[in-house]
Amino acid sequence: MSLITTLARMEAVRDGRARPVATVLHRHLSDRPLAFVPLTTAGEAGAPLGALVGTDRDTPRLLVVPQPRNRDLRFAFLADLAEEMLPYLDSYADDVELEERKETDPETGKKVPVQVELCADAPQLLVPSAAGVAFVRLLGRSMRFRRTADQDPDTPFPAPARVPLLGRWLTHYGERSRVPGSSLLLSLTELLGRHWATGQSNLEDQHLGSLLAWIDPPEGFPGAEAALRAESARDADGQLLCPPAGPATDPAFDNKLLAPAIARYDAARAEVLGGVAGGEARLRLAENELRELIASQLRPTWDALWHGVDRLRGLPRGERVAERWKRDRWSFTGHRDRVRAGEPPQPKRDDAVTAAQKLSARETAQAQLEAQEALDDPLVMAGRRLAGEAFAGEVTEVEMAWSEAKVPRPRPLVTVRTEDRPHLEGEVKLYRVMADGRTQTGEFAGAQAPGALVVRLTGGMGRGKTPEPGSVPEPGDRMCWTLFEHAPRGGPELPDAESTPWTHGGPPDAVALGPDPDPVTEEDYL
Amino acid sequence: MDARALAALAANPGCRRRALLDGAGVDKGALARALGASANFGQSQFAHQRGNSFEARVKADRGETLTRLLHERLRDGSPAPEPGGVDTPDLTAVGPQGRTARTALALREATAAGRWALLDHPMVSLDVAGSPAFLEPDAVVVHPDGSWSVIEIKSFPMVDGSADPAKVGAAARQAAVYALALERVAARVGELKPDSVGEARAVRVRHQVLLVCPKDFSNLPTAELVDVRKQLSVTRRQLARLTRIEDIAAALPEGTTFDLRLADDGRTVTRPAEELTAAVDAVDAAYAPECLAACELAVHCRARSRATGAVESLGRGVRGELGGLTTVESVLAAALERTGGEPTGDPAVDALRRAAALRAEALAAPGAVACR
Repeated sequence: MSLITTLARMEAVRDGRARPVATVLHRHLSDRPLAFVPLTTAGEAGAPLGALVGTDRDTPRLLVVPQPRNRDLRFAFLADLAEEMLPYLDSYADDVELEERKETDPETGKKVPVQVELCADAPQLLVPSAAGVAFVRLLGRSMRFRRTADQDPDTPFPAPARVPLLGRWLTHYGERSRVPGSSLLLSLTELLGRHWATGQSNLEDQHLGSLLAWIDPPEGFPGAEAALRAESARDADGQLLCPPAGPATDPAFDNKLLAPAIARYDAARAEVLGGVAGGEARLRLAENELRELIASQLRPTWDALWHGVDRLRGLPRGERVAERWKRDRWSFTGHRDRVRAGEPPQPKRDDAVTAAQKLSARETAQAQLEAQEALDDPLVMAGRRLAGEAFAGEVTEVEMAWSEAKVPRPRPLVTVRTEDRPHLEGEVKLYRVMADGRTQTGEFAGAQAPGALVVRLTGGMGRGKTPEPGSVPEPGDRMCWTLFEHAPRGGPELPDAESTPWTHGGPPDAVALGPDPDPVTEEDYL
Repeated sequence: MDARALAALAANPGCRRRALLDGAGVDKGALARALGASANFGQSQFAHQRGNSFEARVKADRGETLTRLLHERLRDGSPAPEPGGVDTPDLTAVGPQGRTARTALALREATAAGRWALLDHPMVSLDVAGSPAFLEPDAVVVHPDGSWSVIEIKSFPMVDGSADPAKVGAAARQAAVYALALERVAARVGELKPDSVGEARAVRVRHQVLLVCPKDFSNLPTAELVDVRKQLSVTRRQLARLTRIEDIAAALPEGTTFDLRLADDGRTVTRPAEELTAAVDAVDAAYAPECLAACELAVHCRARSRATGAVESLGRGVRGELGGLTTVESVLAAALERTGGEPTGDPAVDALRRAAALRAEALAAPGAVACR
């Protein structure tokens, strides 16, 4: 945590409400995101208990698994989820624009421009918390290797038709969320935490209710009190007033309300199977009771999620967010193409080359995100300036100079008066954004006096002997130089999977086609 | 005190309050409720059932699955346990001391036998701040070569060979406490063991524990070895650092008690909350937000910590860059004090002032092109 963020947290303590740590919105927020609030059964892996899902905050679809240990009911839940999510994902698949991309021609080996499709917009998935993101990954993993009866008639417990497909999409979204700055799958706690500092610790911010209580405390309540209420206030029955944002449920809810309701459901089901008169009605009653119980835990989180979305929409958008969103659109389009081409689901473990590629892509994305956030937001830049990675100030003097080459190039010397203390050593490279949005490069050329730094401009002035008009600052101009690149690039290209070096296990086995489905036993759940 | 509590205590060795209350066996949950600051602790019965039934399933065949998994993961070329070749000594005894003694005896016999043996829920003891704590690992396996392995059975899933790192970390810390306690037993067994074969075989506790979890989404067990050397040395060091409980107790005002004075129904607390608060406040706590996940009393300590404005309530790392400033109020005062921008000689204060000035500048002109 930087000192500026620490300070913001302390201001929040003083003011009793959250303080901004960003002046613009640093992530893409769709106009029509799909919100997904899942709940899971305690102690079971991938046994969902229920969910609210939908694009309309007023009419979410409630999905419930009345007995999470029943495989058929779980499959019905997943089928319903696929029915809700896949049409949403599909609705973005066909609205495309054409982009030009360089591809290697297989015959000549030369790079030639080709026209490729890029989806004009991409679907966005919002979950309440970081645990929700992890649950999306887990759901994806649990579904994508399932076999349907169509794929394999002999499969012991066939999954409903579109469930494996949803598994692949959720896996893709879960994987993409690990790329810094990506916005296909976002959690509200992460989004809000990026833009506001509360008067509590990072750990406590993981609770969506408590985070929102600091950001929007109710009238007359200081944030700390409202957050405490959101965290731990219970009704006369011992139930939390603000249920946890999931996917884990509150143990008190499980033990006091859910377990008896599931027991009643089981009893009614046994009656129906035993042919007891009136069993059907009791089963319906028990199921409705469960639906209401689970909805009571989901609805507050659903509302909190949209409340957070409203707050975020109030922020002006960061200038470079669209550039990052375009990469998300590429990612969505790429997966759409893989699904359409009938490729198998993502493997359980990446091969060496894919893993290295992902890592390097994430490192590049991290560097780009850090640079872009700083350029978009003076408050983030303030943090970089404090850290000595940038400096801002007023131009006091400009002295024209030229390089000593056969064709001399303009190399003006600009003196900037600043109170910042950048870590400048030698002829370190410097970057700034010019009025037209291009990046100008320069290098450090010494300090005239303490706080008067001389920068030699090295680029962005055109090709001629005299700099293009407007490309050299004038005394009185305010400017901000950074020591970091504005558009950092990744490292060298990695080899194809077929030429994986032996140090990394050699080329992947050609035989290992398609992953085996997970082992299933008569009752997977204990 | 169980291993989980011990691991948590070892994670925050500076907390005298926790050391004293745990050492005295005070029910911190009940105390927190009486103070009106109960934390959301508790286990769902679903998780509890699954945990128990998974453990029962794994142990159903008298240790053969567990020793087979252990042997497979070790890959050390030793002979695999034969079917029916795993001893499972009876460990029933009266009281924790009795069970501990019985466990030590069984360990000595199994070690001497030179066969695979599985001790199901043994009991070992560890000296914590001057008083004994009794611990019950899920299982301990004795190898034919005389070494011992701690087995930790957990019901969170291991999907594609990896599990939630936070949960694995907690399990490793817990297992390290068991390994530490076993090392004490091993030292005694080593001393007492008359060398019958005439060949010295040092009794040792392996520093890799076997973590057994459900595989993927099934109920079939899978396992991985987890190296706990680091956790072991941390726990050993932290436990050594714990102030002796007698010393903490000696510093208390005369007559301090944490008795809730329960009424005859055994639930209603009749002791006034102010009295209890005073008693609890008589011992120092070292609150950090991490406590919220590990200590029942954390909500109370957090409230006290915030009331005094301690900067640690915002995170353990916050203190580091603030020098001698320990309260939120003093930090804000130092940061916002108007001076001529002269350096104060205190680097922490200078950095704070610069941070405050930069922050104010950026907030005053949102969207302004301060960076062009």
